[in-house]
Amino acid sequence: MTVDQGMSRRMVLGALGGAAAGTALSGFLPLSRALAAKKLVVGFIYVGPRDDFGYNQAHAEAAAMLRSMSGVKVVEEEKVPETLDVQKTMESMINLDGAELVFPTSFGYFDPHMLKVAAKYPDVEFRHCGGMFKAGTHPANTGSYFGYIDEGQYLNGIAAGHATKSKKLGFVAAKPIPQVLRNINAFTLGARSVDPSITTQVIFTGDWSMPIKEAEATNGLVNAGVDVVTCHVDSPKVVVETAERRGAFTCGYHANQAPLAPKGYLTGAEWNWITVYKDFVTKAQAGEKPGQFVRGGLKEGFIKTSAYGPAVSPESKAAGEAVKAKMMAGDFSIFSGPISTNTGKEIVAAGKTYGQTDLWLEGMDWLVEGVVGSTS
Amino acid sequence: MVDETAPLPTRPLAPAGSPLAGLSLDALRGTAEAVLIPVGALVATAVVFGIFVALAGADPLETYELMYRGAFGTWFSWQNTLQRTAPLLLTALCVALPAQLGLVIIGGEGALVIGGMCSAAAGMAMMGAPPWLLLGVMALAGMAAGGAWIALAGALRQFRGVNETISSLLLAYIAIALMNHMVEGPLRDPASLNKPSTPPLGEANMIGSIPGLDVHWGLVFGLVACVASYVLMRRTTFGFGARMVGGNVRAARMAGLSVAKLGMITCFLAGAAAGLAGMVEVAAVHGSANGSLVAGYGYTGILIAFIARQNPLAVIPVALMFGGIAASGGLLQRRLDLPDATILVLQGIAFVMILASDTLYGRFRVFQPRG
Repeated sequence: MTVDQGMSRRMVLGALGGAAAGTALSGFLPLSRALAAKKLVVGFIYVGPRDDFGYNQAHAEAAAMLRSMSGVKVVEEEKVPETLDVQKTMESMINLDGAELVFPTSFGYFDPHMLKVAAKYPDVEFRHCGGMFKAGTHPANTGSYFGYIDEGQYLNGIAAGHATKSKKLGFVAAKPIPQVLRNINAFTLGARSVDPSITTQVIFTGDWSMPIKEAEATNGLVNAGVDVVTCHVDSPKVVVETAERRGAFTCGYHANQAPLAPKGYLTGAEWNWITVYKDFVTKAQAGEKPGQFVRGGLKEGFIKTSAYGPAVSPESKAAGEAVKAKMMAGDFSIFSGPISTNTGKEIVAAGKTYGQTDLWLEGMDWLVEGVVGSTS
Repeated sequence: MVDETAPLPTRPLAPAGSPLAGLSLDALRGTAEAVLIPVGALVATAVVFGIFVALAGADPLETYELMYRGAFGTWFSWQNTLQRTAPLLLTALCVALPAQLGLVIIGGEGALVIGGMCSAAAGMAMMGAPPWLLLGVMALAGMAAGGAWIALAGALRQFRGVNETISSLLLAYIAIALMNHMVEGPLRDPASLNKPSTPPLGEANMIGSIPGLDVHWGLVFGLVACVASYVLMRRTTFGFGARMVGGNVRAARMAGLSVAKLGMITCFLAGAAAGLAGMVEVAAVHGSANGSLVAGYGYTGILIAFIARQNPLAVIPVALMFGGIAASGGLLQRRLDLPDATILVLQGIAFVMILASDTLYGRFRVFQPRG
């Protein structure tokens, strides 16, 4: 029964001569808070590895930039599952590191995990990436932020539309949920703005990180005549590398994958989280409350596009830049009618326009005309 | 008393010694061997891991101090450790119980997931019932589903001769796919937009914390299950029969034991333990079934059961150690900038050391019976 305790004690006693017990007590809240009073401790939690060329890397790159801000201490933890583990990680950051601002970055961390921990630590501010914060319903010390990355996917679509010869595009997607469907639709609408005969074949892998299925899906798409591939999975690495090997073009997602596909990389939809994090941290340092429902796109600097690759033609660049300029000016809407679904139903009537902030878009459960695939 | 009848070396999967055995000097020697050899292996683990950490550029002493602090150094750390221990107790039993019969079942992850999903479905069906009844039915559904899942691997082995290690592992993938299909389709709560889940149970229907602790009741379920498994395997005729099958199947058949029946029941109990862990994840942690059920607890359970040498009682301290390692892993990442995989390396080294130390039993004269 005592094997384990004996073991851990043995290790420590052997190593430290019993000093550990004394230092260990300093882990209690007030003391570590006092020690950390000089610097604002900011905690980042990632669901996958920090260097995944994707979702987690996009956050970690911003976290790395925060480190250079004065008066900020960044603590990070990667590969934290969406279970009690993440609750304990948040509490550990608060209790042992004195974190005062916590960013749990994975969608599944929001409910119930972050909400539960936030209710327990009202003095700590929590901001979640992707969640739907509702004032009054959720604890007052929580909030959420997200970016309209479908703008980047629309621009991806324009580049893909110019590059394709077969008029067949491929999209490797994780799950048929609103955020993903919105990207598939934006990508397809972008491509069809170039040539309305273009179609996008979509393949759902079923989960956020399925490297083998992602490779199979990419190969399957290329075999079927697809010559431009993009994706929405946690790490686009496998999709981009596989497509490059098969000689297909790729559009990136989450972070910059140009180094993985020097020949075929056209452009990419990237997060630019530093804008959000810098704003939150500056407010927290000034003693103000960081924003609680924060959204933005290209114009607000929440997202950015990768530099154009060597395969992109001048007219493609010009077309993409023209739309990008309109987006930056705030007078471009991706979802403006008439738009039909791929089941033949008119979903957005002619003359009707849904702006980026419209909550109707966040419940998307349809695919636009031109997408080959279904939501279920 | 039955423990002493079969000599250890002929039962490689037999649990290590019995702390409750008679007080004779020889029995004490046996117990000392069963305790000191694993402890020695863990000390060796600490040395090798220390070298690894040093190569990774961190100070081994500081690492161990942080690990102690993150796992057991504060009251918060203790609760963190205990909380992480809870599901591991049950998933380790999913391996340790069939091991008594010589079956190597590694598909506990599947039983946990399917148990979680079925308990959530039962919860949906019972919505509106008083919480104790709702939770009771959920627990039964979870255990029945998990039990049936592992019993399936047991049946394939007993009646079709399919290797249970492979089949249980493959069944785990089927379980995960089935769960994903159900929570994204028939069982989906339409309000769960970007994270497909079953409808929430509601705060009133959740399993709370143990009074005075920030640890849910799953810990108590796990401890009770470990002790009950020990009693079942060491103090009952059923357990004696099961271990006899594990020692020598042909001898067991000759003695008139129903090998198939013992195997099926044990596999069912093993799966029920993991299924209960799934139910606890749903009813104490997530409040619904969704993809987060797939957290690897089933696989960590395999390591724990083997390090505990398949002894249900030894599962408790080993699971506590793994809970502690997991609890301290974050601190290592945050303070020393070590990658997440550091903890996996430690677990791997411990696993290899313990398995290697198996060959040391009977090698030291000091532990052998005199006369």
